[in-house]
Amino acid sequence: MAARLTSGGLLLKGASQRRIVNDRLGLHRLAGSHERDRNHMQANVGAVASTMVQEERAHRDARHDRLFSWLLKGCALLVLASLLGAAGATLWGGRHAFATFGWHFLISSAWDPSTDTYGALVPVYGTIATSVIALIIAVPISFGVALYLSEVAPAWLRTPVASAIELLAGIPSIIYGMWGLFIFAPFFADHIKPWLTNYLGDKPDDGKLSWVAAHVPFIGKLFGSDYPFGASVLTAGIVLAVMIIPFISSVMREVFQTVPTRLKESAYALGSSTWEVSWDIVLPYTRSAVIGGIFLGLGRALGETMAVTFVLGNAMQFSASILDPGASIASTIANQFSEAAGLQKSTLMALAFLLFVVTFIVLLIARWMLRQLAHKEGR
Amino acid sequence: MAGNSSLYLRRRFTNALALTLSTMATVLGLIFLAWILWETLRQGLGALTPKLFTKITAYGEDGGLANAMVGSLIINLIGILIATPIGVMAGAWLAEYANRTRLGESIRFLNDILLSAPSIVLGLFVYTIIVLPTTALTSGNTTFSGLAGGVALALIALPVIVRTTDEMLRLVPSTLREASLSLGIPQWKLTTQILVRSARSGIITGVLLALARISGETAPLLFTAFGNNYMTANPMDKMSSLPQVIYQYANDPGEAMHAIAWAGAFVLTMFVLLLSLASRLVLSRNKVSHD
Repeated sequence: MAARLTSGGLLLKGASQRRIVNDRLGLHRLAGSHERDRNHMQANVGAVASTMVQEERAHRDARHDRLFSWLLKGCALLVLASLLGAAGATLWGGRHAFATFGWHFLISSAWDPSTDTYGALVPVYGTIATSVIALIIAVPISFGVALYLSEVAPAWLRTPVASAIELLAGIPSIIYGMWGLFIFAPFFADHIKPWLTNYLGDKPDDGKLSWVAAHVPFIGKLFGSDYPFGASVLTAGIVLAVMIIPFISSVMREVFQTVPTRLKESAYALGSSTWEVSWDIVLPYTRSAVIGGIFLGLGRALGETMAVTFVLGNAMQFSASILDPGASIASTIANQFSEAAGLQKSTLMALAFLLFVVTFIVLLIARWMLRQLAHKEGR
Repeated sequence: MAGNSSLYLRRRFTNALALTLSTMATVLGLIFLAWILWETLRQGLGALTPKLFTKITAYGEDGGLANAMVGSLIINLIGILIATPIGVMAGAWLAEYANRTRLGESIRFLNDILLSAPSIVLGLFVYTIIVLPTTALTSGNTTFSGLAGGVALALIALPVIVRTTDEMLRLVPSTLREASLSLGIPQWKLTTQILVRSARSGIITGVLLALARISGETAPLLFTAFGNNYMTANPMDKMSSLPQVIYQYANDPGEAMHAIAWAGAFVLTMFVLLLSLASRLVLSRNKVSHD
């Protein structure tokens, strides 16, 4: 920029400056003598040259600006291209599976590489079940965390606790997976699972059905299991919940802070308690963004691979019990893709396409909901 | 009167209960954080030996992680080198050229979606566009490569960098733009030499965050970089990476393999946490200088 200014200054000091001065004073019209005329002509020649230089520079700048904006736009369109590409590549890769199995693909629970018959039901069910369990656990806890951080905690404690919770979001998912596999799953198998199977399930160790399992429909099936290890749909759901709590709680905390103080103060002035203000004022005001945050967490949970693969058990057969091992779309791909060929590979691609489309829709809803509050705020 | 006071008591009780539960929820979150970090530290430090850094992967107790670490560095570097220029330029376009346009808004929206898109699907995408065509070219040898892994990681890093660049550029006061434009500077020079410079530390933060994000990614590397039991620095070759070796060893029945996996997990976690700490430091230093 400095170089440009200097050269511009030099140009101005030359003929054009004189011309400008002459023009302004109207000297060239008054000029009578030859000397002045010659001077004027020289000045004009110089002025034309400098205008040309300036015009050329302006043209060059415009050209560069245009090229630059095209380059930038091209880079931005790459974002679009990678989304479309991911959808297109998986759809193209899964075309054989879609063509072979048709709509039956979605409702078939078959998975047999020896006869090359595949159905999406088991992994789709596993993906949805783990994500729903994760949400059921993570949403109330995240709300609690956000409430604590925005209303309950003393001011000096807020930043360190919030940073610590956000640290959870920074831990790589494979670490969650290892912790789940080596630490949490055995803990779950020793301390939580026996209690659940004995008091809620329809396959208790001593063979005597508990009152709940005998009288409440579905509960017995849901918690019945004779699989001795910790890997299960529920374990995966819990690990996923721990993973998405920081995402949901930080969105909630952020949007809770956008509630106008006068709204909260008015409620307090009418005698509301902290809980009543949070539940009746803050939550309704931020409803759409809170739902957006929850869907954001759901999007994460649906597509998470590593943490789930380690603790889900990777069993390709359908079981209604959440204490039995299962499989999710992502875990099935991670486990089988490297060794798959032909129709199996195509099936895995088709599963990836399903996952991508579902996640895309969930995230679309999430972002749209989050935007509602931002619009209300006038941002 | 009695009814009123019982209502009052009930409201107070509900309030106390809710606030206690919310405190417990936070404590529970912190317990999980402490539990995960503590186990990684305990198991990882116990298995941490110098040979992890000097020896390459081998089955049994003699193995190290040197090739995985080198592979991780190279793949991450490729990912960041691809994603940073593209991401900064795309972010600059969103902030400077398309801030209120329909196309700009849609791309910003889609970028936010790409930010949380399943990484395993992005891995399959890169498998389809890089591994498969090169496999066809080399008459059927499956050509997994470190480069393909780097491209997959670049796709994951890209939206992070786009978003931070976009946000940071929009924070630059518009007086700076107006002052520069009034001096006759073309917009591309304004963008590259003034705006990007004044948002530099924010953009660096974004790049560091993106690096932290991709260095823990495992799923997309499984079908792109694949893994390699030998040391290689050639990006056209199969390449192992730290997360991929951890995944492989943790699923192995051998106890010695688990120990090495924990040590790798420890190194990985420390690296990622230090990166996010560094990105925070860069950002906070920037804030101080602006005030």
